[in-house]
Amino acid sequence: MKIDQSLPLEYSTQQNQLNILGFWVFIGAEIMLFGTLFAGYFVLVDRTGNGPTGAEIFEITPVLFETFILLTSSFTIGLGIHAMRKGYTKAMIWFYVLTLVLGVVFISFEVYEFMHYIHVGASLQTSAFTAALLTTLGTHGAHVTFGVFWGMFIVYQLIQRGLTPETANKSFIFSLYWHFLDVVWIFIFSFIYLKGMV
Amino acid sequence: MEYFERFAIPHPSQAIYASMVAIGLTVIAIIVGLTYFKKWGYLWREWLTTVDHKRIGIMYLISALLMLFRGGADAIMMRAQMAVPDNTLLDAQHYNEIFTTHGTVMIIFMAMPFIMAFMNYIVPLQIGARDVAFPRLNALSFWLFFMGAMLLNISFVIGGSPDAGWTNYFPLANNEFSQSVGTNYYLFALQISGLGTLITGINMIVTILKMRAPGMTLMKMPMFTWSSLVANVIIVFAFPVLTVALTMGTFDRLFATNFFTTSDGGMDMLWANFFWVWGHPEVYILILPAFGIYSEIISTFSGRNLYGYKSMVGSMVIISFLSFLVWTHHFFTMGQGALTNSIFSITTMAIAVPTGVKIFNWLFTLWKGKIVFTTPMLYSMLFIPTFTIGGVTGVMLGMSAADYQYHNTMFLVAHFHMVIIPGVVFAMLAGLHYYWPKMFGFMLNEKIGKWTAWIIAISTLLAFMPMFVSGLDGQARRMYTYSASTGFGLWNMISFIGAIGLTIGFILLVYNVIYSIRYSPRNVGSDPWDARTLEWATPSPVPYYNFAKVPHVISTEALWDAKYHQHELFPEPYEKIHMPNNSGVPFLLGCIFFAWGFSFVFGMWIPTILTTIGIFICMAHRSLEKDPGHYVPVEKVKTTESKLRGSQL
Repeated sequence: MKIDQSLPLEYSTQQNQLNILGFWVFIGAEIMLFGTLFAGYFVLVDRTGNGPTGAEIFEITPVLFETFILLTSSFTIGLGIHAMRKGYTKAMIWFYVLTLVLGVVFISFEVYEFMHYIHVGASLQTSAFTAALLTTLGTHGAHVTFGVFWGMFIVYQLIQRGLTPETANKSFIFSLYWHFLDVVWIFIFSFIYLKGMV
Repeated sequence: MEYFERFAIPHPSQAIYASMVAIGLTVIAIIVGLTYFKKWGYLWREWLTTVDHKRIGIMYLISALLMLFRGGADAIMMRAQMAVPDNTLLDAQHYNEIFTTHGTVMIIFMAMPFIMAFMNYIVPLQIGARDVAFPRLNALSFWLFFMGAMLLNISFVIGGSPDAGWTNYFPLANNEFSQSVGTNYYLFALQISGLGTLITGINMIVTILKMRAPGMTLMKMPMFTWSSLVANVIIVFAFPVLTVALTMGTFDRLFATNFFTTSDGGMDMLWANFFWVWGHPEVYILILPAFGIYSEIISTFSGRNLYGYKSMVGSMVIISFLSFLVWTHHFFTMGQGALTNSIFSITTMAIAVPTGVKIFNWLFTLWKGKIVFTTPMLYSMLFIPTFTIGGVTGVMLGMSAADYQYHNTMFLVAHFHMVIIPGVVFAMLAGLHYYWPKMFGFMLNEKIGKWTAWIIAISTLLAFMPMFVSGLDGQARRMYTYSASTGFGLWNMISFIGAIGLTIGFILLVYNVIYSIRYSPRNVGSDPWDARTLEWATPSPVPYYNFAKVPHVISTEALWDAKYHQHELFPEPYEKIHMPNNSGVPFLLGCIFFAWGFSFVFGMWIPTILTTIGIFICMAHRSLEKDPGHYVPVEKVKTTESKLRGSQL
């Protein structure tokens, strides 16, 4: 593999550049995926049948916690990439671990939130609205969960192999994924929770 | 035994039992044959684990041809049932299952892999690359497609075929009205193969954007590569919509949610909208690469460069954009109101403009050209008038007010067959004849090829033109029989004769392949058609590294420049070549996905969980694996090249 020293480590080989562009295209597909879920949600949001409406079941406290935690994790992974660019492998690993811990906390809050919905009679089967709500949130939550496992593999490889063009590339792509999930959450927070609560 | 009762077919018939026996015997024959000829190792090393885009392309091609015959068998059964009034060859349920699988197989498992075959094989060669951007993912794409296809194909012998139409409209497709597991098969087969298609889309976009030969700017790419790029962009934007729709449909059927139900707030039209937001762009995913193949062929056999290159590219980009803005025309009669219908009428008719530009560009390419009527060219010439019939009737259907008359009649069936068969199938057959020498090193017989082309073209007209008449007369689609007093009998009989003609044509195609394998002369050289683009600059069959030296390009027609304008195509010295390693994991992952889909279809949760874990283990393995690929040393490249070139020059 030819390594171009003039570029950041994650871009330094041709395969690395291909991987990063490929992942951006994949994020394009993910935008369509979540876009479709949002479209479905907006169509079904008032079709509550005999079940509750959003305003009746949404609780601001856990949602605010989730939002702060996820936004913070986006910041910490940004610091991780900054450390990577500077070549501080150890700091980078710690920032990645912190990011993943925040991810786990986020998922815990989301599990609590889902249990709350089921408790108040808004399960997946209740109405078209609850199905669309839980599927949209669930898809995002599943992405975060997948990301936590993926991130664990990356941290493991960073510890084992150090910063190489491959591990830097993987870490960078993972950070793109993590930021993307954050962006999706901002839309969920604004258009599902805030819009649903007013 | 109770556990196994779920696998029984709900509507058995003699034909299905016969198929079971036939499938069983074929599987045994394949296993015995492989063992007897000691080919297991060869199959595993050369095909199942390959990441070579050319071999993957050939596997797509073989799958597409197999599925063509599966879908064709469905078609001939339908036409036989409809040939005479009050026929009892098939009952209503069986007829439903057959038109459903015919549509699904032909679109998803015949046309798509046919396109994928050419994209995989040709695009890297046309841009002077050694493989696609992600060879391992490419293998995974193929195996996901293949396993999805197999999943749909076993449905009719295990558990029952899908029977809600290839459009799978809810609420017809929900548990109440489609009680067998058939619709689950449909949902999971499309989900798995759709995942493969999405991966191909990403792979091809990156390949085309980042791996072109030096000098090949975007506007110097051959037209087929351009059409593939546009089609793959559509794939990336359209397929996630299908993913979500299929997931919601799956949830409705397996977890009793209310997305598409008619109670508790569910909205059945949401499925129709999602389906066609994917489904209409899907049509252009098929037709654009087909247009690309026609562009290559027409330009080659006119001895001229393609007329209006820029307008060709522009019209494809416009088509790709408009393809997302027309989906409502599939259900004008569902009560959107006049304003919505009018808007979608206008966008629909607007697509005829860029398509017309392309037709005229081909005609102008022919003008003053030195036309050579080879088989691929014959298909292309038969395509233009027949496709235009299909296209013009499409504009008729696009007028929303008039559509109330045509909707759900045989007129519509005639229309889309008259677009897809000349547009896509003729292109695939033309491409098959055109690229056959590149793939296998010998030509298909021209005489049999031309007979086949004429038989297929005339039979297409014979099979589908009568449907325009009977459709306007009120014959509804998807009705399994009709009474003699309707007067549809004559038209349907003519259609049946056309269908027999098509069967003969496709059998002749297979005969041509067998005949040419036996008798066709070898050593046709790397460029048997006097073609113009890079894929013909490397020996046939193509060495695994594609190009020994990286080609340099100065125009859209690199090879033509090299042959007739003293352009030096390969100015660089030999260098060692980096190639990816083979891997069995994509095949394994495909098999696990098959088991995963199968478990979901029957709601068997323990196997579902186990296979899901298996999928994640494969991904973890990929994450931890170190796979630097390998280098082919200069000496080996030189000896391979002198062997390949030496035998030809």
